[in-house]
This record gives sequence, C-alpha cells and structure tokens, in this order.
Amino acid sequence: MFAPLKMPWLTEPPADFRARVKRVADLENGHGSALAQLATHRLNSAQALSFTNVQQNLVKRGISLAPLSPFRLALLSSGTVDAVATALPAAGARHGVALEVVVAEFDQIIQTAFDDSSEIFAKRPDAVLVHFDHRWLGLDRFEPSADAARERVDHAIDRVVTVLRALADRTGQIIVSNLAVPPESLFGGLDASVAGTRKAQIAAFNLLLRVMAPECGALVLDIAAAAEQVGTATWFDPVVWGLYKMPFAAECVPLVADLIARQLGALRGRVRKCLVLDCDNTLWGGVIGDDGLAGINIGPGNAEGESFLAVQQMALEMKRRGVILAICSKNYDEIARGPFLEHPDMALRESDIAVFQANWADKPSNLEAIAASLDIGLDALVFLDDNSAERAQVRAALPMVAVPELPADPAYYPLYLTSAGYFEAVAYSQEDATRADSYLSNARRAEVKQQVRDLGEYLRALEMTLDVRAFDEPGRARIAQLINKSNQFNLTTRRYTEADVRSFERDPAALTLQARLQDKFSDFGMIGVVIARPHDSDPEAYDIDTWLMSCRVLGRRVEEGMLEALVTQVRNAGRRRLYAHYLPTDKNRMVREMFDTLGFELIAEQKNGGRSYRLNLDDIAPRQLPFATKGA
Amino acid sequence: MSDDEILAKLTEIIRDQLDEDDIVLNMSTLASSVEGWDSLAHVRVMIGVEEAFGIRFQTSEITSLKNVGELVALVRTKL
Repeated sequence: MFAPLKMPWLTEPPADFRARVKRVADLENGHGSALAQLATHRLNSAQALSFTNVQQNLVKRGISLAPLSPFRLALLSSGTVDAVATALPAAGARHGVALEVVVAEFDQIIQTAFDDSSEIFAKRPDAVLVHFDHRWLGLDRFEPSADAARERVDHAIDRVVTVLRALADRTGQIIVSNLAVPPESLFGGLDASVAGTRKAQIAAFNLLLRVMAPECGALVLDIAAAAEQVGTATWFDPVVWGLYKMPFAAECVPLVADLIARQLGALRGRVRKCLVLDCDNTLWGGVIGDDGLAGINIGPGNAEGESFLAVQQMALEMKRRGVILAICSKNYDEIARGPFLEHPDMALRESDIAVFQANWADKPSNLEAIAASLDIGLDALVFLDDNSAERAQVRAALPMVAVPELPADPAYYPLYLTSAGYFEAVAYSQEDATRADSYLSNARRAEVKQQVRDLGEYLRALEMTLDVRAFDEPGRARIAQLINKSNQFNLTTRRYTEADVRSFERDPAALTLQARLQDKFSDFGMIGVVIARPHDSDPEAYDIDTWLMSCRVLGRRVEEGMLEALVTQVRNAGRRRLYAHYLPTDKNRMVREMFDTLGFELIAEQKNGGRSYRLNLDDIAPRQLPFATKGA
Repeated sequence: MSDDEILAKLTEIIRDQLDEDDIVLNMSTLASSVEGWDSLAHVRVMIGVEEAFGIRFQTSEITSLKNVGELVALVRTKL
C-alpha cells in the first residue's frame, strides 16, 4: 500500500537526529548544506521542531544558509496551523529554500489583510499564503435550493477575492489554498449531482478559484488534490478540529508543509530538471548482461513486465512535459543500449535519452558526469534506482541529488516518484515541453572523472549480514540456477547440472561455498557460489574451479567476504595455497582483474586472454569487512 | 508499563516537543508551571503523546485533564 501521509519516498532519520541537527550550530561553515542534507529525512514533530529552532538561531546569528535561498513566508489561516509553521523550515530545506515563517493570529485573515500596520507586512514577506477551509466560507452545510447554493458559492469567492486583492496591494506573491471536500455525504452517490451539497458547492468553488486566483496574481495551493490523494476520511479529523481548530489531522502536517515548500522552491527556481534512471530491475525486470534481450521482463503479457512498462511510460510523460531523461547503469554501454535499440516492448528508446551513462564506474561519478554534460547542477537531478545500496551511496556522496526510497515492488515506482514533488511547477508553457528535446544529442556518453570515495561508512550503515556455508540440499536448486545463469560476474563460466552440484556437495575433497546477503533494506538471498578442488600437482593447494556472484551486490565487498570464508576452509583442510583462473568470455570482462584486486599473484597469461593466479595464505593481510558474518 | 515508566516516557516526549532538555515532571506538575508549555505547545504535546504511544485520545479525555498525573493515568488506560 502507498500511504502518501507517511512520505515513504523519504529516508528514515538517524536515531540521533536531534543531536545531529544541534551539531549544525557548531559548524564553521556549510550550515545550509548540512541542514539540506538532514531535511532529506522523514521527520516527526519533535525532530522538525529541533530543526526549526537550530535554523532560526543560525539566522539570528546572521549566518548564511547558502546554498538554500532565503524566503520569508507569512501564513494567514482560518485554523490553527502553528504545527505547519514548525514543520516548514525542514520542508523548505528539502526543496532548496531557507524559510522564515511568520504566522498571523488564528482566524484573523480579513483583519490582517486590510491592516497596513500588521506585523505580517512589516516583515516584508516574499510570499503570503492564505489558507482556509470550507467552514470559514460557509460551504459546510447543505442548501436545498440550487440558486441559493450558487449564490453562496459566489459569496464565498467574493470573500476570498476581496482578501487576495487587499493582499495584492500590500505584498508580493500570494498563494491561496483551495478546499478539500469533507468525507461526509448526504445523498451518497448522488452528492456530486445536487448543487446544494457540500461536495457540489466546494467543487464549484474550486473551479471558480482556478479562474479568479490568476486574475489576482495568486497561485493555488492544491489542498484538494492532496486531501484526495491521502483520502478525505484520513485528512479530516473532527477531534483535532473540535479541540484545537486544526483544519486537518495532525498526521497531515509534514505533508502539508512539504506541499507548501515545493511551491516556494519552484517560485525560487529550485526545481529538478533531469530524471536519471537505472536500468536493470528499474526499467525492466532482470539483468540484461546475464539474461540477454530475450530474458529481461518488460512489456505487456505479464504483471511484472507491465509494471516496468508503467515506469517507462511515466518517464516518457515526464519527458513530454520537459523533464530531461538520462541513464546511469552499471553495465557495458553496448549491452545496456540493447533493449533501447532492439527490444520491441520497450517504451523508452535511445532517442529519448539525453545522456546515456553505462559503465562500471561508481554512480556518483556518473551522476556528476551527467550533470556536467547537461550543464545543470547536481541539485537538478532525481535518481531512480531499485538498488538500496546504490541509493545509499549516492545520498552519502551527493546529498544534493534527490534519491527517492523505493519499495520492493516496481508497481509502486511511478507513485513514489510522482508524489515526492521533485518536478513541481508554478507555470507551464509550450517552451517547457520542448526543453527536454533541446538537450537531446543522440544519447551521448559523458566523460567520467572517477573519484576515490570513502565508501566505508555507507557500507557499514547498510548493516549487511553475509551468510556463507558449504553446499547443502536446500541450496542446491538455486546454486545450479546461478551456475547456469551468471555471465558477468563469473570467473570461469563453467556450467554444471543440479546432479553435478549434488556430487560436489557430497565430495569430501571439494570445498564449496554458497553465500547469502541481507541488509537492513532487503534480503538478496543467494548471491555467490564458489567451488574449489584439490590442486592436481600442488598437494598443499586448492584450485578454484568456479567463482561467481550476482551483479546485484557489486561494490559491497562481498567477494572479499567470500574469499575470507574460503581461506578459512582451506586452512581448516590443512592447506596453504590457492590457485585461481580467469577464463574470458564475451560477457565477463568486468571481473578480469578481480583476483588481482583480491591480492592474488598473477603467474601466467594465456594467448586467449586467460589469466592464472596463486595466493599464499600466509601473505594475506587481515581485512576489516563491513559485514556481520554467519554460516556453518 | 508502570506509572513511573509512563511518566519517564512522557517526560522524554515533552522535552522533545518543547525542545527543552532539562524539564522535570512529577505527578502533580501543571502545564502552566512548565516554561514554554503554553496552549500552542499543549497541542504539540498531546499530539506528540498520541504519536509516541500509538494511542488516540477522545475529546472529553483531553478537555478534562488537570495535571501530569492524570495524563499518566489516561495513557495507562489506553495501553
């Protein structure tokens, strides 16, 4: 289920969030960036309050919050919205603005709007938000006569327009909320057809407001759409209305603050311009390098393929409104381009992509290359990737890139991406629609300047558990499947049947490993297989027959963890050396140097590109690995 | 949960909601005697208590509260 109130596209805050936000006050510089980074989390009311207090103190001390853009907002409401004011600075930092909020007295909209000496105007706000609900406008009751109902709606619009005109004379940008429809009905399904119901009156009001607001120079804050997406029975809470005159449920506060902040960010031009997409398991099901064109899951005919198609169609729609599309995938360029060029069921084509980055460099480096080649800021990028570790790495290295959290099921990806407000706009024109095309240059590749990044902290934060054990019966089928399916991270590409796997399992001379990986986001299941046999001529050694891994766990040091487990087994068997081989295929270039990286000594190179290695166990330096390990 | 444990957790919540780490509460504390616990903060506190304990109060329960001890007792009936 997708629950927009919980803003599931945001990450959980760290447990010590309040301590972290307080430490921002002690920084020498970079306060604005630090606040923006902390604001990428989903905050509860107490965390938002700490954030607000720290930010206010920094402003009082005259400290710049750049790169956040300063913004003073005045809030006029018919209800109690102080909780929203408290949540707004964090929401603002999430959308590029450093907000100072001043709240007019409760239910003093008209008095404030006409009062030149009001402290609201003295603060010279950059924008004034006028917020009210149906109760303030008298649209909270049934009117049996259709004519009288129309009159009542006209009267409500007049009242609002009067306020907007008064504000227009006294201040800059005005934002006005529209109305959510309360969940109670009078005629049931007929409500919308009877002019005098609340539902019909509010619908008529909202339509008129869409016409009148621009005439008064005001933007509309679409509370109605938000309440509809959340569900009006959840949105309205009669208890907090009765007790505190809060116009919506307390749970709505963070989302309302975020909606307002999106609009203010858009007013300041702080909007995202480019959607960067991962490929495997984001745009199609499966791994193109392993499964091939025929094996990936995309397109009509089955539920999973259709949900990936929906992700592509959403990306295409975004492109049609002017969002630039780019690809960032750990793959060989020609392999990743294959589906875009040749797969009949793909909605996205190579010509839709402005920058196509498929290589084995880390994703932060590629995102930097994409931004540089489009000549836009990193803060204009949104990055969609199914892989939680890649997301965490990008967030750690490039906190200014928006990276939505995603659930396991790709069917939800479009909802997550479109609900986060990354591409909020305050206006739309034909030029906007064609902007994406102006960036297209035949899916070019950008030059990657790869940096050495400290990945240790982000890997530790994943709380990974690596479970390595010898082959056994429960693992047998999956082991055989991996042996026959893995192409890219496969050192020798030897294929064995399930019966062969059973023989290894029962052969006391063979060393076998099956590795499973879990992290705090997901359980990857079995992701690695190793088979070693006693060496033919060196009685103190084993020879690695098979070593393969799933590409889903690249960059997590799993190969080092597997080596460690293998070395333990070799030692337990009373031997001291390991021999290994890289046998080249047209798909496994990425692991050509794996044994070098793991500290093996290259002892021979064959004409066909094959490489042979040896490792003396006594020469191994101990490693600090980012896993909890278990296994038998 | 014992009353002492509820009081300890309430103290944490109220410290968080008032962003004031040295507040000390006992059963007879009145909101009006705690600095910063005004009517606006009271809304935050009550909503924060609901959020932290995962409970919901009824209108009449909230309007009849006299002191922290009564809030502890009310929370106890909801757990």
